[in-house]
Amino acid sequence: MTAITDRQKLAYIAGQAADARVNIELETEGMTLNMGPQHPATHGTLRIVAKLDGEQVIAADPIMGYMHRGYEKLAEVRTYAQVTTLVNRIDWLGSFANEVPFILASEQLMGIEAPPRAQWIRTLLFELSRVANIILFLGDMAVQLGALTPVFFAFRDREHVLNQIESATGGRFHPNFDRIGGIKDDLPKGWLAETKATMANVRKFCDEMEELVMGSQIFEARTRGIGVIPPDVAQQYGLSGANLRASGVDWDIRRDNNIGLVYDKLDWKVWTHTDGDSFARFWVRMQETREACNMIEQLCDGVPSGPIMAKVPRIIKVPAGEAFVSTENPLGEMGYYIVSQGDLTPFRVKIRTASFNNVSITPWILRGVYVPDIITILASLYFILGDIDR
Amino acid sequence: MMLAFEFTGWWVSALKVLIAAIVVPTCAAIAVYLFLFKLISFMQSRLGPMEAGPHGTAQLLAEVAKWLQKEDIIPDAADKKLFKLPPFIILGTTFLMFVVIPAGPTAVVSSLPAGIFYVLAVSSISVIGVLIAGWASSNKYALMGGIRAAGQLIAYELPMVLAVLGVVIQAGTLNLQEIVYQQSGGEIFGWSGIGNPYILTQLVGFLIFMVAVQAELGQTPFDMPVAESEVVGGYLVEYTGIRFLVFFLSEFAGAVGFSAIAATLFLGGWNLPDSWGISRGLMHFIGPIVILTKAMALTGVIFWVRFSMPRLREDQLQKFAWKFLIPASLLNIAVTAVLKVVL
Repeated sequence: MTAITDRQKLAYIAGQAADARVNIELETEGMTLNMGPQHPATHGTLRIVAKLDGEQVIAADPIMGYMHRGYEKLAEVRTYAQVTTLVNRIDWLGSFANEVPFILASEQLMGIEAPPRAQWIRTLLFELSRVANIILFLGDMAVQLGALTPVFFAFRDREHVLNQIESATGGRFHPNFDRIGGIKDDLPKGWLAETKATMANVRKFCDEMEELVMGSQIFEARTRGIGVIPPDVAQQYGLSGANLRASGVDWDIRRDNNIGLVYDKLDWKVWTHTDGDSFARFWVRMQETREACNMIEQLCDGVPSGPIMAKVPRIIKVPAGEAFVSTENPLGEMGYYIVSQGDLTPFRVKIRTASFNNVSITPWILRGVYVPDIITILASLYFILGDIDR
Repeated sequence: MMLAFEFTGWWVSALKVLIAAIVVPTCAAIAVYLFLFKLISFMQSRLGPMEAGPHGTAQLLAEVAKWLQKEDIIPDAADKKLFKLPPFIILGTTFLMFVVIPAGPTAVVSSLPAGIFYVLAVSSISVIGVLIAGWASSNKYALMGGIRAAGQLIAYELPMVLAVLGVVIQAGTLNLQEIVYQQSGGEIFGWSGIGNPYILTQLVGFLIFMVAVQAELGQTPFDMPVAESEVVGGYLVEYTGIRFLVFFLSEFAGAVGFSAIAATLFLGGWNLPDSWGISRGLMHFIGPIVILTKAMALTGVIFWVRFSMPRLREDQLQKFAWKFLIPASLLNIAVTAVLKVVL
């Protein structure tokens, strides 16, 4: 069963009428509005071609590919260790999280497992990059809706998280820290305590956003009931991450299909919301940020001692075979399908990114909404252009 | 006390025009610096401009100099003559608004008997400028912005007029100068310590007026005409250089102008309460400072709201005007009228 709202039905009829050049109520002429690739609300080079009737959207098509960088092809001429440099740039707000599934898939092919300490630190940095990513969403959603102040708070408090990532890995945006068989370096002295202190800061930021953004009646009026995605439609379009959980589907790879990370050793909760609208997506992400703070604190307490690298040959040759590993990245499910023929370089890498699928629902969801709602819905679906166009 | 204003002749008018031409941009500049540069910066935990002059006080001059140097681009497809017009229509409207705002016993360009009526009539001319700008740019975003602005300005004209009506009923005059004197000379239940500013009796009217001002100026909860994340600046999208500068300055001058009107109508205007015993002669000098302070305080509120609220949707905005503000202001008028007769 696919739930279609009345608005979408009406828009469909209007679309048919427009195509047949028959106007149903008024003698109105449709307008094609081209949003992007340089529109401020598409934060990146996404282009939406919207057919409008007045301010109502009859049909909308996302057009992507303006920032295609050919990472899948580039990965074929790079050694496994070099690929992490590339994939860092896919979702540039939570870079470390991009490396992990690739390394995990390579490790699976090679039959190596990272030592426990490396696994814990990986998970720790993974969650830190989630926080760094979603903090910006919380501010950005508000700025898309016209409130200018929250995004400055977001940048201010994200800085603390980035500082922690930088002091551990050496890179603020592109850590390039994960290695096959472990991680590059051990943590600096005192880092765990500092990270825990940073989490208090992030919690404060979440509380602030809850008051400033979610507490605003205008925000509720703009997001409640806007862009409702029923659970079945969400699954049909392959949505993942917070977008899926906001539709009430209780699916989180960290819990349900965890590979190589230590989420099973932590005490945490998967947040879902039943509404499936823009507000729910915002709410779920905010709760996830708080949950990530909890997880990071537990991880800081529980990091075991020991080596950070397993025994790995100096020259990495991955045995022939295929592997697919996906993780629950800040934007949703991200996975790498690696085909190896026993060379120094992968034979084929297929990257499954969350934003590509999340954006592919736009023609369905944008039909029948008003122009301002396009912005709300796009902001709440939360995509990163690098994540769509790899 | 003899002042130059008491002479008559063509040069008095010329002097007044000259003073207005200096005062209006100065007010706008103060508002830009205080609120757009500094208030918003402190709200957003940053410093704002700090380089040009002490604490960035000369930043606006630098920006104006930059804008003046920019190329004046007129799109090929635009209606050239119409495209050049709107900034000056809107600036003119803003200047016309300042004509009747009194800043002292005699410091008013023209004390019209129906001053408040004139202000409300003149302020709505800007709709035409905005519509022309939206249409002549031959840009879809500009058109949408222009249409939105027209709908919004017309919808919020009404609650504004109705909110003012309460004051007019209470004061029994349309002359702004008279309204000021009534507030400073009045008393609250026999106590004349602070006169009788109409904000006390017309609180509902004041709130409605300020909300309507927010919408008339297109400030944030109601800034769909220029919403940068939706219609990318709306009717401003094709304007550059000096034309954008004129739009920009008239927006801020308009904010100060409307605040000055609100201060005159509800906060006692330039005058201080009579019971404080300040001589009329002294008020010639204090008056402008008093009205400027009050107007700036209200402008501050406008920008404070602007930078802390998200934006409504167009249909929600119309709903808010027609279903809430207008009935509320009608009720306010009814209650005021009844009390006026009874008391």
